[in-house]
Amino acid sequence: MGFMTLFFVSLIIFSSIQMLPGDFTQAVLGQAATEETVEAFRKELGLDRPAYLRYLDWVGAVSTGDFGTSFSGRAASGVDRSRAVVDLIAPRLSNTLFLAGMTALIAVPLALFLGITAALWRNSIYDRLVNAMTLTTISFPEFFVAYILILLLGTLWPVFPSLADVTADMPLGERIYKSALPSLTLTLVIVAHMMRMTRAAIINLLASPYIEMARLKGQSGARVILRHALPNAWAPIATVIAFNLAYLVVGVVVIEVVFVYPGVGQLMVDAVSSRDIPVVQASALIFAATYILLNLIADIIGIVTNPRLLHPK
Amino acid sequence: MSVSNKGYSAADEVGRVFTRRTRMQRIWIDLKKAPPTAIFGMLVIFTYLFVAVFAPLIAPYGEAEIFPQPYAPWGGEHLLGTDQIGRDVLSRLIYGARNTIGIALATTFLSFLIGGGLGLIAAINRSWLDQLLSRAVDVLMAIPSLIFALMLLSVFGSSIGSLILIIAVLDSTRVFRLTRSVAVSVVVMDFVEAARLRGEGLGWIMRREILPNIMPPLVAEFGLRFSFVFLIIASLSFLGVGIQPPTADWGSMVRESASLIQFAQYDLKAGLTPLLPAGAIALITVAVNYVVDWFLHKTSGLKDEH
Repeated sequence: MGFMTLFFVSLIIFSSIQMLPGDFTQAVLGQAATEETVEAFRKELGLDRPAYLRYLDWVGAVSTGDFGTSFSGRAASGVDRSRAVVDLIAPRLSNTLFLAGMTALIAVPLALFLGITAALWRNSIYDRLVNAMTLTTISFPEFFVAYILILLLGTLWPVFPSLADVTADMPLGERIYKSALPSLTLTLVIVAHMMRMTRAAIINLLASPYIEMARLKGQSGARVILRHALPNAWAPIATVIAFNLAYLVVGVVVIEVVFVYPGVGQLMVDAVSSRDIPVVQASALIFAATYILLNLIADIIGIVTNPRLLHPK
Repeated sequence: MSVSNKGYSAADEVGRVFTRRTRMQRIWIDLKKAPPTAIFGMLVIFTYLFVAVFAPLIAPYGEAEIFPQPYAPWGGEHLLGTDQIGRDVLSRLIYGARNTIGIALATTFLSFLIGGGLGLIAAINRSWLDQLLSRAVDVLMAIPSLIFALMLLSVFGSSIGSLILIIAVLDSTRVFRLTRSVAVSVVVMDFVEAARLRGEGLGWIMRREILPNIMPPLVAEFGLRFSFVFLIIASLSFLGVGIQPPTADWGSMVRESASLIQFAQYDLKAGLTPLLPAGAIALITVAVNYVVDWFLHKTSGLKDEH
C-alpha cells in the first residue's frame, strides 16, 4: 500500500513539470535566448519525447540518485554553469536530518513522559497546567514561537546564537550549540501535539474493563501500568511518535528559514521563489517519501504489536 | 375541542411554563451560558472582523503609503513605527487583517464547496465514483500539504488567485473525508430513500435531505479548517511565496521586520515589532479554536470529562 502511494505521489510530482506554462524555457534562459539554445534546453529536458517515456527515465534516474540538474546558473548564451541537484541537496539533507534527529531525541521522551504522567494524574493541577500550555503552543504558528525564543534567548539574554549557520566541518559540540534554538522551537511545537495524543491514548486505555479488573484484583499501580496497560499502549504510542515525526518534516521548512539553517527546507523555499523546478521536485520527493515512510512504519508497528490486526474479520 | 377542559392534559401543563422564544432569544440564552474562553474567542473574532471590514476608516494611513523615515521608532506620528521602506506598521496591520482574513475565508469556502460537494456525491453514489474519489484523496493526503503547496506554487507562480485555488484544493481532501463519513450514515435512512422514490434529483437530495442533518460537524470543521488555512497561508507568506507585496499581510510582515529583533536589547519596542503580526495570527487561531471547542461540546451533547 505504501509503495502504491509512493508511486502515485512520484507521478504527481513528476507531472508538475508537465503543467508548466509553455514559455518557461525563456523564463529560465532569459529573454535573449536564441532559438537554438531554447531547442537544446527542451531537448535536454526531453520535452520532445512522450511523457510516459520521460517518467520511466526520471524514475530510473531518481532511483540511482540522479535528480537532474538545477535550472539556476543557465544563461541565454547557452553557457551552462548549473549544478547537479544531488550536489545541492546531499550536504543539506544531512543537516536537516541532524536537526530533526536532535529534536526527536529530546522531544519523544519528553512528550511521552509528560503525556503518561498527565494521564495518570488526571484533573490534577499538573495535568491542567500541562494541558493549557500545550493547547496554546499548538495554535501558534511555528515562526511565532521561533521569534519569541529568539527575542528571549537570542537577544535579550543572549544564551544561544539566533543564526544557526552550521557547516560540515564543525565539531559536534559547536554544532549542537548552534542548532539549539531551532531544535528547541521544533521541540516545543511537536511536544504539544505528541503529549496530547499520548495522554488521550493512555486515558482511553485506562478506561477499558481489563484495567479495572486488574485494579480490582488488588494489583499495585506500577504493575497495572507496566504489565497490563503498556503492552496495549505501544501501538497508539508508536503511531503518535511516527505521526509527529512526519509533522516534524513539514515544520522543519519554516524553522529552517527563520534560523537560516542550511537544510533542505530552506533550499526548497529558495527554489520555489526562483521557480527552479528540478530542485523543488527533488526536495518535495524527499519530504513526501519520508512522510509516507514514517506513516508506513507506524502502521507496521501497530500491526506487529497487536496481532489481532493480522486476522481481519 | 371540548375534552381540553376536563381532566389532566400534559400539553396544558407544558403550555403553562412554556414561553415561545424567537430564534434570537434562544441564541442569546445559549450565549449567556458560554464558558469564558468561548466568549473571549468570540470577542476576538468580532473585533478582527470589524477591523477587517472597516479597515480604510480605522487605519491612520494608506496600505502602501510610504513615509520618508524607514524604521521609525514607536510613538509620535506613527504609533507602531514604520517598516523597512517607511510604511506605517499600524496601518499595515489593520489592512493585513482585511487581506489575510479575506483570503483565508475565501479559501475555506472554496474548499468546502469542492470537498463538501464531492463528499456528498460520493456518499450518495457509493459505487465506482466513490471509490475513485476516495483513492484520489488518499494519494493527495499522503503528501504533506505545506510541501505540496510549495511545489504547486513553484509551478503556477505565486499570485493570490493560484494561492487560493491550490490551498482550497489541498484542503478540500480533508473536508471530503469528513463529509463523506458523516453523510454515509444519513444516506441509508428512510427519508432519503423516500425522496429518491419521489423522484427528486441529486441536487435536492444533497441540499434538502442530507445537508441539514450533517450541519453541526461541518460547521465545527469549518472553524478548524479556517484556522488551519490561516496558518498555512501565513506560513507561505512568511516564506515569501504566498501573498506578494505591496499587499499588506501578516505573514510577510513578520518576514520583512524580522531583522528588527536583534535590536531588542537597545529598544525593546523595536524588537517587538515582528512579534505583533505573528501574535495577531496566533490570537485569531486560538480564538477560533476556543469557539469551535465550545460549539462541539454544545452540539454533540458531550459531557466535559477533561
